[in-house]
Amino acid sequence: MAKDQITGAAMVIKALQDQGVEVVFGYPGGAVLPIYDEIFKQNKLRHVLVRQEGGAVHAAEGYARSTGKVGCVLVTSGPGATNAVTGLLDAMLDSIPLVCLCGQVPTHLIGNDAFQEADTTGITRPCTKHNYLVKSIEDLPRIMHEAFYVASSGRPGPVVIDLPKDVQMALGDYTAPTKVTHKSYKPQVKGDVAAIKEAVKMLAKAKKPIIYAGGGVINSGPGASKLLTNFTQMTGFPITLTLMGLGAYPAADKQYLGMLGMHGTYEANMTMHDCDVMLCVGARFDDRITGRLDAFSPNSKKIHIDIDPSSINKSVRVDLPVIGDVAHVLEDLIKVWKSTQAKVDEKALKSWWKQINEWRAKDCLAYQKDDKIIKPQLAVQRLYELTKHRKDVYITTEVGQHQMWAAQHFRFESPNHWMTSGGLGTMGYGLPSAMGVQVAHPDALVVDIAGEASILMNIQELGTIAQYKLPVKVFILNNHYMGMVRQWQELLHGSRYSESYMEGLPDFVKLAESFGLKGLRATHPGELDSAIQEMLDADCGVILDVAVAPEENCFPMIPSGAAHNEMIFGADVKTEGAIAEDGMVLV
Amino acid sequence: MSNSIYASNPYHEEERRHTISVIVDNEPGVLARVIGLFSGRGYNIESLTVAETRHRQGLSRITIVTSGTAMIIEQIKAQLNRLVPVHSVSDLTIEGPSVERELALVKVDGVGEPRVESLRIADIFRARVVDATNESFVFEIVGDTGKLDAFIELMKPLGLVDISRTGVVAISRGPEGMSGQE
Repeated sequence: MAKDQITGAAMVIKALQDQGVEVVFGYPGGAVLPIYDEIFKQNKLRHVLVRQEGGAVHAAEGYARSTGKVGCVLVTSGPGATNAVTGLLDAMLDSIPLVCLCGQVPTHLIGNDAFQEADTTGITRPCTKHNYLVKSIEDLPRIMHEAFYVASSGRPGPVVIDLPKDVQMALGDYTAPTKVTHKSYKPQVKGDVAAIKEAVKMLAKAKKPIIYAGGGVINSGPGASKLLTNFTQMTGFPITLTLMGLGAYPAADKQYLGMLGMHGTYEANMTMHDCDVMLCVGARFDDRITGRLDAFSPNSKKIHIDIDPSSINKSVRVDLPVIGDVAHVLEDLIKVWKSTQAKVDEKALKSWWKQINEWRAKDCLAYQKDDKIIKPQLAVQRLYELTKHRKDVYITTEVGQHQMWAAQHFRFESPNHWMTSGGLGTMGYGLPSAMGVQVAHPDALVVDIAGEASILMNIQELGTIAQYKLPVKVFILNNHYMGMVRQWQELLHGSRYSESYMEGLPDFVKLAESFGLKGLRATHPGELDSAIQEMLDADCGVILDVAVAPEENCFPMIPSGAAHNEMIFGADVKTEGAIAEDGMVLV
Repeated sequence: MSNSIYASNPYHEEERRHTISVIVDNEPGVLARVIGLFSGRGYNIESLTVAETRHRQGLSRITIVTSGTAMIIEQIKAQLNRLVPVHSVSDLTIEGPSVERELALVKVDGVGEPRVESLRIADIFRARVVDATNESFVFEIVGDTGKLDAFIELMKPLGLVDISRTGVVAISRGPEGMSGQE
């Protein structure tokens, strides 16, 4: 044995440290014990023990989204790996960089239906950007470093490394990371200059422009948000953000039209529908955004900046694709705009804004006020008002009505402060994600805006919050329903609330207390502010259970199968038959 | 045609047959990635062949015959390119002239006149006899898909027993090689 050879398990830890990993979220088991033994022997790499592997992946997602770094997960073989699958797909759809290390049975037992064996690479193939099965110790250092490169470059995503136990125990030579030039994977970062020049021409000619930006801006780093803000303010164009893009442009700015899409604002959706030039920046024309495809922004020329060529012309045909990283492309776009002394059509833009302001005057987020019962919108608004003086506020959400109310009524001024499961819509995302955010930002205010149904999907993570004394605040909008399911049943299925009422709910105050956390409750609008303040003042983890109006619907809404200019509103809803027959087949 | 609005093709385009060549690392799981992509995203596979072509560089070439609208074919190529072990993707149907070949082994049994007739037709198609017994032949035939189909059709009444086909392999005409094989 050569003198400086080390075990595979030691190599894993060394590689993680060399890649700058500070914390790993994980859960031990038989097939990863050698790695846990190495974790025990060192102090540089921190391990956070979750209560279920799914929680580890969401925690790593929250960590990654709030820091821009790669999130790291360590789980055992078989059930450890399969529990991680939902989180991996969640990260895949939202383009979150993760490296997930899974233990595997020893190589000679693979294929034998061994104890806790799963075909992890087979199962995770369609829900990861890439995955590896390490069959020999010689491959391990290269694969470890390559995994971080693949996860974080190009369009980010989750990468799984399946590590058989014998490889973890084998001895080999470690090699430190070098600058990776992958033999086949080479994402294009710089945009084509000719295309960017063409984009400037199209934008300068626009009479009714819109900028529609998404999660790609956040993934491109804080610099991309600055460039986006610069360009938007240079041109005076209106801008709207997707659910994934919130924070990429300051919400307080007057050029910001709010979120677009199914529960987006009237002004954003109408501006999209009527525009003549659309600049899509790091967004992917998701079905929640477009509504009915053949009626989506029918009269516009579309420019699409995206790092992933497969996003181009996937559902909506664009006139000018620009493949590249958002920050790089925007930098060049601004350069060309300035060097060619491009001018916007001021007169046309002025009348465009006049039209937009008329749409704005509709005040589409308005809701019926109530002085007896807490409206969920009010709860989110009060949370925002009572925290907006702070710069270090991070919001995560679960999935459903509360998520949309949070997106509509909480306002984000900078990127990486909003963590939500956009693509996959994973209930149970918010609590573990908030944990990951809090681990990355120990002194920040981290609030999981939750529903009482979603929160129960990963409620076990309260144990993690207790163990690490993470001061995560869980803000439950409790309406005793799976609210979004109930809303769709009301709109689509004659108010037959099949299985959407939440019976057998725990007493959330006592639940929090049983984990050694603080439990609070607000049931009347008069108690709301003081309860929120008490939650904010606590230096420990808190659950605030807010009893909200049970049958409140989330509006405005583009009903499924409808177009952007066919929104329905809270004030004038005739819910029965709001969605046409052919819209019913859609999700 | 589903009545889903999201999934419908608002551009009402015609579907066309395309032959796509893909250069990949010859590593475990690479074929599963390609096949999984096609099944997972609902694309057609009419034929698929794969074999190592550059042993020293560890590269394989996959030839896929698929069909779809121009927009779908563009998606298929972009999605293939997104796979990490894929070096290059080439659409032989639109990137200039190409040749396609397929090989089939066709077993025919019979005695007397049908047996002689099968030999005569094999001769016309330039199929070779690679196995013979007193009551059977195995023919080897090479050509494009249409020629193979025609030959098999003619063998049916003459005692066709079994067919094994390789699927299509294809290569561009002219001096240029496919990129990604350096």
